[in-house]
Amino acid sequence: MLRLTPWLIIALLVGPILAGLAMAALPAFGYLPALGGDAFSLEPWRALLAQPGLARSVAISFTSGLATTAVSLTVVLLFLAAASGSRLDRWIRRMVSPLLSIPHAAAAFGLAFLIAPSGLVARALSPAPSGWERPPDLLIVNDPWGLSLMAGLIIKEIPFLLLMSLAALHQLDAERRVAMARSLGYRPTIAWLKVVMPSLYPLIRLPVFAVIAYASSVVDVAMILGPTLPPTLAVSILTWFNAPDLSQRFMASAGALLQLGVTLAALASWWGLECLVRRLGRGWVAGGQRQRGERMLRLAGKALILLAALTALVGIAGLALNSLAGVWRFPDGLPQTVTLQHWQRALPSLGGPVAATLLIATVATLLAAGLVLAALEHEQRSGRQPAQGQLGFLEGRRSAALTLLYLPLIVPQIAFLFGLVVVMEALGTRPTRWLVIFGHLLFVLPYVFLSLSEAYRRFDPRWSRVALTLGATPDGAFWRVRLPMLLAPLLTAMAVGLAVSIGQYLPTLLLGAGRITTVTTEAVALASGGSRRLIGVWALVQASLPLLGFIIAVGLPRLLWTNRRGMRGTP
Amino acid sequence: MTAPSLELKQVHIALHGRTLLELDARVAPGEVLTVMGSSGSGKSTLLAYAAGFLAPAFQASGQVLLGGQEITALPAERRGIGLLFQDPLLFPHLSVASNLRFGLPRATPDKAAKVEAALADIGLAGFGQRDPATLSGGQQARVALMRLLLSAPRAVLLDEPFSKLDMALRHEMRQLVFERLRGAGLPSLLVTHDHADAEDAGGRMIAL
Amino acid sequence: MVISLPRSRHSLTTSLAMIALLGSATSLAGAPPGDWQAVVEEARGQSVYWHAWGGDSRTNRYLEWVAERMQAEHDVDVIHVKLGDTAEAVSRVLAEKQAGNDDDGSVDLVWINGENFAAMRANDLLFGPFAEQLPHFALTHPEHNPEVVTDFTLPTDGFESPWGKAQITFYYDGAEIDTPPMSIVELKAWAEANPGRFSYPRIPDFAGSTFLKQALIELSDADEALYAPVEESDFDAISAPLWDYLDALHPHLWRSGRQFPASGPDMLRLVGDAELSLAFTFNPAEPAAAVTDAELPPSTRSYVFEGGTLGNVHFVAIPYNSPHKAAAMLLADFLLTPEAQARKQDLAVWGDPTVLDVTRLDDEQAARFEGVEDNPTLLAPDALERTLPEPHPSWMEALQDAWQARYVGR
Repeated sequence: MLRLTPWLIIALLVGPILAGLAMAALPAFGYLPALGGDAFSLEPWRALLAQPGLARSVAISFTSGLATTAVSLTVVLLFLAAASGSRLDRWIRRMVSPLLSIPHAAAAFGLAFLIAPSGLVARALSPAPSGWERPPDLLIVNDPWGLSLMAGLIIKEIPFLLLMSLAALHQLDAERRVAMARSLGYRPTIAWLKVVMPSLYPLIRLPVFAVIAYASSVVDVAMILGPTLPPTLAVSILTWFNAPDLSQRFMASAGALLQLGVTLAALASWWGLECLVRRLGRGWVAGGQRQRGERMLRLAGKALILLAALTALVGIAGLALNSLAGVWRFPDGLPQTVTLQHWQRALPSLGGPVAATLLIATVATLLAAGLVLAALEHEQRSGRQPAQGQLGFLEGRRSAALTLLYLPLIVPQIAFLFGLVVVMEALGTRPTRWLVIFGHLLFVLPYVFLSLSEAYRRFDPRWSRVALTLGATPDGAFWRVRLPMLLAPLLTAMAVGLAVSIGQYLPTLLLGAGRITTVTTEAVALASGGSRRLIGVWALVQASLPLLGFIIAVGLPRLLWTNRRGMRGTP
Repeated sequence: MTAPSLELKQVHIALHGRTLLELDARVAPGEVLTVMGSSGSGKSTLLAYAAGFLAPAFQASGQVLLGGQEITALPAERRGIGLLFQDPLLFPHLSVASNLRFGLPRATPDKAAKVEAALADIGLAGFGQRDPATLSGGQQARVALMRLLLSAPRAVLLDEPFSKLDMALRHEMRQLVFERLRGAGLPSLLVTHDHADAEDAGGRMIAL
Repeated sequence: MVISLPRSRHSLTTSLAMIALLGSATSLAGAPPGDWQAVVEEARGQSVYWHAWGGDSRTNRYLEWVAERMQAEHDVDVIHVKLGDTAEAVSRVLAEKQAGNDDDGSVDLVWINGENFAAMRANDLLFGPFAEQLPHFALTHPEHNPEVVTDFTLPTDGFESPWGKAQITFYYDGAEIDTPPMSIVELKAWAEANPGRFSYPRIPDFAGSTFLKQALIELSDADEALYAPVEESDFDAISAPLWDYLDALHPHLWRSGRQFPASGPDMLRLVGDAELSLAFTFNPAEPAAAVTDAELPPSTRSYVFEGGTLGNVHFVAIPYNSPHKAAAMLLADFLLTPEAQARKQDLAVWGDPTVLDVTRLDDEQAARFEGVEDNPTLLAPDALERTLPEPHPSWMEALQDAWQARYVGR
């Protein structure tokens, strides 16, 4: 059984994506019999290329993918270099999980209200010192260059990359390396950048690629913060897919393939940049420079991440204010009246979606955790641990498996989900909760694997050996030793899985045929109504559910191991 | 149970085609065979091979026999070979008593009494409900030894079990361990780079 | 998914028989009462997945009330599937047809009109005709009120049943503006005098597109052409005054016309944030409702242009592959009852105007619709008499395409 899990996982992940892509590719070349397209042609591509502003859409999507990743990664690396051991360091580490748990849409709503001309920042500055009696007519949110979109993505991708980096740092023995470099006269920040970062980057490369793919193809954040004339490519595709003029579906399918191309191009460009930076960096690392710039780097490392974390938190606080606001005119910094009306009205309709969200997220996460544990346990028992930093787990095909597990994170959702719906329909599968759970599993599984594999592989093999030589069976050693000792990282990985599932919008909407309502689909549906009070309510609910998972992940091990000193801190 | 002997017959282990070690030895019941070697000489590989943990990357030939029975192909948990590491490796999520109980074979009658007696035997009566992390290094080492003995192994492998103890404790622990192993009539294989270990073991010595 | 199969198979055959029955009855004006009784019987115990825009909490609450009543009255389970955009449901039915799912679709009823209806009709995605079989449909008196059987100039042919009415309604803060613009031409002068305080939703938003049509009707002299398919006339020549107008208007709009609000409700939020001073909506009661919810100041006032504004009727339709057609029909009929229509029109509930011909209702039923509240934010009672009919749907698409070609990606 155990031996089959890696293959099962690959089949679960790869099958649907390939099938979905195929069903996007056929209409892209004119084949969609239900709409009278029964001959192959290039007409959809002609129509696509004739779309006004297409070049700009593509450019924004491409740039957003690269710029978001570059900025987020820089902030994370500078922070790790500058702040190790400081109080800020401990605070940020504690904030990683809560920040990660804020769904993208909620964070985007929060940021929008923070930076809009009538938003919290403008209100704080008005009427004095800005002199604004009315909101200034400034194009900030939805700016045509996609800057606010990138800002929204950056505040969400920083915690993700930070979590991945912290997990990877365990195997690098960073403190000793830095101490060694400092003894050679390097300032701490410079030392970290020169002796730890070059080893860290290869370990977080795949998460970085996932960020590029996500940022170049995201839909919900781009709908809230992105440019509008034209929107990003992914948002345009969604509009075309949903257009009442059904013939636009051919063009939308061509657009889906174009999106895949744009994302791949962004990945390829990043790879090119990597090579360039590596070449330039080599000279810098060996150049002997020990001190210069340290103060600047240190300041930037602390200030930037603080700015990002506070932006996200204040944005959420703004949403909370909105959900309680009665009359709240510009330029009042706080609502004139406070009311529970929005909550009271929403409460009766909250129960169903909250229950559905939790059910789907829990089942998807349990399935994912089971599969991931089985795969990792198989890897341990077969004794074929991948080399350090490699993330694949199929014997002999490591590099192939490595790519496949992350396929759902690299292939844009919008490129294959519509095709997948058609495939499911063709198989006669009715939209049900199970189908949605399956759809969520596609994205939950890689993230759970990403979060758990490091701790699992780092786990001292002697523990299991002791258990085995004491006569325990391999299964006994797993259940009685490895699992309880890895409970904390397992729960954290499951909390990540829950958060991923709760945030899913497109898969829920498409595979559930809109019949499965979760807090996320509900919040985005309400977003089209614009009422920020109501959005505040739903976004807060949406943000609090994953937080619940993280609280359990932190609290349960503490509760269980109150009398076990050896179980505190990561094993 | 009649005490068997442990035999390593024409063992040859190689990595990437390069020979790591060759050994042919027999350990009698109650005997401690010491294998000396500096770090990197393949001592740990030898133990991994005998215990059944050798990574697939190694190419090994030869046989392991226990009481004349070939166990080379058996999985680790069915070989009946106990292992003592450098660290006591008491399971941090279990109490001291549960650690000992972990060693007891499943069908053992009256486990609680056995565990209590074992604790008294090593001078730790009443320590059962303690968190192992609150025990001193010497106490932990004794619990680890007792846990091993309770699992009723038919042979024992020792992987530098004293190297992390401080000097004063080291001699005392050696005495205790070897006395118990001999008392149980177990064939034991000790790998170490510390000559004092070998001397206290008092048995034959092979250098790798 | 497996468990429900046998039951749905059974109801499927019954449904097919029903459709045949209904089809034969089409020529009669209204179905024989016995047939309707069969529909009511079959509907019992069924679930209706009603796909309807879910962006307005008042509408959603009204739909919850409908669900409760349908459950109590007919043992029909109504599930509101909340859409961000009605086109999603169209897309969904299409995907099912594409996959050959012709009798077990996931959409039972859809809130629809205009181009979505035209698209579904053109692609044979709708079940019908059924509207005339609904007992309460007669209360709309289509012979006197052609708008309930006409959707953007296209005859509905009984493939959708009227539900409510919408009309472009402008609103502003009366404490800030004394004399709002009363026509498209005046609007430009107002925008020049008050730069950055007006905008319209980004095309292809429904309300935004309707604004274009409103402007085109007022600016061109080609009324007849607008009510025929666009292919039959010279689009460039007829629309030229519109583009001149917009080119001149945009620099004076919010964000200098470089960005537009996402939708009608988004405009309302911007008015609430004091970013806009003048805006419009498709739901005449929306400003009043927003005042009640403290999103707009109490000094908000509503009005329509002197020459009238565009208005239309919105409908419900049943996809061709709905497995619960009987329950969907029963629901469509319930929506036309005086009880449901009066509640919908009630400002405290939703405020969506009725499609029933109140003047021809008997006194008892007409009484339900009386008692117009004295709310200063609401339109003057006679305002909605000046309703301009919607042009042919092909104009909407042509205008959308031309607008995007002109203003997107600049």
